[in-house]
Amino acid sequence: MMRFVLSRLTHSLMVLFGVSLLTFAFLKLAPGDYFEQMRMNPQISPGEVAALRAAYGLDRSLPVTYLLWVKSVLRGNLGFSFAFNSPVWPLLKVRAANTLLLTLTALLGSWLLAVPWGVWAAARHGGWLDRVSSLVTASLLAIPDVLIALALLALALRTGWFPAGGMHSLAAESLGAAARWRDLVWHLALPVLALIAGLLPVQIWHVRSALLEVLDAPFIRAARGHGIPPGRLLFRHVLPVAANPLISLFGVSIGTLLSGSLLIEVVMSWPGIGPLLLQAILERDVYVVVAAVLCSTAFLVTGNLLADVLLHVVDPRIRAM
Amino acid sequence: MKLKFALLGLALIHVLVLGAGFLAPYDPAEQNRDFPFAPPMALHLVDTQGHFHLRPFAYAQIYHPESSAAVPYEIDRSRMIPVHFFVKLAAEGGMGQSGEWRLFGVAPPHRLFLLGTDDFGRDQFSRLLYGGRVSLFAGLLATALSLALGLVLGGLAGFYASLPDHLIMGASELFMALPWIYLLFAVRAFLPLHLGAQESFFLLVGLIGLTGWARPSRLVRGVVLSARHRDYVLAARGFGASDFYLLRRHILPEALGVLLTQAALLIPQYILAEVTLSFLGLGVSEPAPSWGNMLADMQKLYVLESYWWMFAAGVALIPVFLLYHLLADALQQSP
Repeated sequence: MMRFVLSRLTHSLMVLFGVSLLTFAFLKLAPGDYFEQMRMNPQISPGEVAALRAAYGLDRSLPVTYLLWVKSVLRGNLGFSFAFNSPVWPLLKVRAANTLLLTLTALLGSWLLAVPWGVWAAARHGGWLDRVSSLVTASLLAIPDVLIALALLALALRTGWFPAGGMHSLAAESLGAAARWRDLVWHLALPVLALIAGLLPVQIWHVRSALLEVLDAPFIRAARGHGIPPGRLLFRHVLPVAANPLISLFGVSIGTLLSGSLLIEVVMSWPGIGPLLLQAILERDVYVVVAAVLCSTAFLVTGNLLADVLLHVVDPRIRAM
Repeated sequence: MKLKFALLGLALIHVLVLGAGFLAPYDPAEQNRDFPFAPPMALHLVDTQGHFHLRPFAYAQIYHPESSAAVPYEIDRSRMIPVHFFVKLAAEGGMGQSGEWRLFGVAPPHRLFLLGTDDFGRDQFSRLLYGGRVSLFAGLLATALSLALGLVLGGLAGFYASLPDHLIMGASELFMALPWIYLLFAVRAFLPLHLGAQESFFLLVGLIGLTGWARPSRLVRGVVLSARHRDYVLAARGFGASDFYLLRRHILPEALGVLLTQAALLIPQYILAEVTLSFLGLGVSEPAPSWGNMLADMQKLYVLESYWWMFAAGVALIPVFLLYHLLADALQQSP
């Protein structure tokens, strides 16, 4: 077990290392940098710009910059943001926590919905309720995330039932702890709903097909023939076997979730990694871009790692391999 | 049946956007500053007196700039604007396209906005058609690029195994470890921000196509790897067939089915990628329309709250996605 976790862990670290190298390569291939615009400014002499670039290490070659960056990352320093005039880490920390709050809530919510829904659809396989459910999920799948987020936001604006984006009310600072929580949940509702709407159809489809596959298996027919009641059959015999592909999906769905959440964060002005990355791109704040991309990759890799370990724990067939 | 329906539907949509030069009544960049955020005009056949007209008509809209209403337009039921078919654009259009034929239009001082206008008074219906060209074909071209790259790299990896295989598969794993949109953004971050419409379109196609090579190349590799050891391939090799001949004649045809299904899955994804990037201001640049940058106005809360017709570009994506999903479904069922 330990050996398995360790080998997966080293693999994940290698992936992260590779991704950082990749982003750095893009960074160096790109023309221009943050100080490009300064060069246009007659108030600033070319010498000063060169000095600034030297101070931030932008004038060195790719391998040197990369090695310096790795060295500083190992010391817990993710670089410096030109636009915010602050180290990247404190900036990113808050944003990453907000993104995690949003995505984990959505992940939990969507699985809590998808499993019963998928099981229910599989149990009525071929019936008209199953067909209606397929129709609903197929339509939901065809509606782009942006549209769902925009529509929800428009609803919030028109009815006033929900806050129009953001994470806290303006008055949140003066509220008591309970009221502040309620305020946060209130703000969380719409972005989570939009994210769930994006995830749900794929998850339901997978739950349904995983279950159908198992329901068809000979050992289930045998169990049914022995007169095992449907409830026990489902929970004791079907679900443990069907869980296998779903756990792999759990790891993969984190990637979809992060990609979807970027857009929804921007639309709903949720102060997560998404808006930070967008701003950093527009301002050529390179170290923030690298750190934000790396951070999201770290989330994804962690998710995959968790799924792998979980799979290892749950499925005796994989342990035997 | 499913396959035919999906192909027919998609063909229809693509013909519609390709025919934008004829079907759209106005140039996509033509501004009408007197009509900012005009609501869609409905076409009628029956007038207020209950008389039936064979020629459809719309009622004129009066703009009240001083009004505080969210949509300061009033329908003037006394002024009917008849719609003419097969009209020649008047020289007044000014965009150098006078004398061009259009399917329908109204006599010049009037304007016909079937889907309303944006804040520059640009006709949303025309922009939807022209924008569809950009968005749909960005998806198609990027997919072609991705698949071509996947075919070459996956073919190499699968056919030669050993070192090229390790290198290519290792790299593909890296690309797939990144959340897709973040990867796109990371690469986009290091490319020039302000570009002309055409440059930004091709940049976008290249960007989306090149970053998406990993999954198709893994699929192709799998197919090639299994095809390489088929008996007929071994037999052909025994007869002295060259590597190139084997790839072309025996192995790649087998990958074709996989690639077709993959295309049907990738195209909607890539269309969405274009829409997302343009929506956030990193894609196709104004004044050229794309479904993404048409939606970008919705990021302003007052637009989102009051001008529902600005949703058109987003809603147009739904049938496209439905049809592509249907196509992928049909292709998977009948390989």
